[in-house]
Amino acid sequence: MMDVGLDHYLVVSAILLVLGIFGIFLNRKNVIVILMSIELILLAVNLNFVAFSAALNDLAGQVMAMLVLTVAAAEAAIGLAIVVVYFRNRGSIQVEDVNLMKG
Amino acid sequence: MITAILFYIFTAILLVSAAMVVSARNPVHSVLFLILAFFNAAALFLIAGAEFLAMILVIVYVGAVAVLFLFVVMMLDVDFAQLRGGFQRYWLVGATVGLVLFAELAIVLGGWKLAPNAIHLRMSPVPTGVSNTEALGRILYTDYVFLFQTAGLILLVAMIGAIVLTLRDRKTSRHQNIEKQNARTVVETLEMMSLTLGAGTTESGGYLRPKLPEVAPVEEHADAGGHGHGH
Repeated sequence: MMDVGLDHYLVVSAILLVLGIFGIFLNRKNVIVILMSIELILLAVNLNFVAFSAALNDLAGQVMAMLVLTVAAAEAAIGLAIVVVYFRNRGSIQVEDVNLMKG
Repeated sequence: MITAILFYIFTAILLVSAAMVVSARNPVHSVLFLILAFFNAAALFLIAGAEFLAMILVIVYVGAVAVLFLFVVMMLDVDFAQLRGGFQRYWLVGATVGLVLFAELAIVLGGWKLAPNAIHLRMSPVPTGVSNTEALGRILYTDYVFLFQTAGLILLVAMIGAIVLTLRDRKTSRHQNIEKQNARTVVETLEMMSLTLGAGTTESGGYLRPKLPEVAPVEEHADAGGHGHGH
């Protein structure tokens, strides 16, 4: 962390965040790729936490990054379980078919 | 200098593989590029000095989450070509939103600076002479123990939720029927016979037990058991 500054990390994580959001728009029909895009977004968040933790010499950021990691893992597990159940019931994973609740 | 070169290499691979995740034609390729992205992010964590988080990222993300994605992608028999429809339609709006967001982030990145007293507001400064893992462990189980417990609770809820969601109650599975077990009496199960010498039960007049109506479900249950074992 000598010649790689905080700004470098912030730019990388900003690009990663934008790529993740772009992925959600691009793969609007495919739930699995949407979940992967959310993982990318959470990875960008983690990168931000770690970068600030390293820049400020503060360990709290890394603890928060661990919590984000936990939430991301739980979200992936629940999301994929929902996808599996949905596929079992409907035979497809098209997001546009998900209108049973007429929200 | 070598750190900067490594940083740029890992960053380049990370961003290219992230772009491939969202644009790959085959979801299996998406998952594999996601794994590559996680590995490179772990390398960036290492450069930042967060060794424990880097290893956790490799173990949890690559070892568990990405493999879970791979399982689901390969298990579901989905027509992915159909899901690609409307790709060109969404491309423009996605790029627009992404560009706007990136412009906003660039404005923020260009204008921000650390507060002068930020260094005094640190919650847990890194202790000297201690490895990253040990320092994290020292504060994780003391200052942030409630956060740690919350993380465990989140994982528990996720585990129970995933099991409840995907558990399928098969009709062939044989559960214990406690009511039926407790309703059984000695008369239904045990029978004393007096046999003559050298003769079996058939010669002695067969079963003496009166035919009870409760016998039928018991027989069916036993039959189902044998059937189940055959599979």
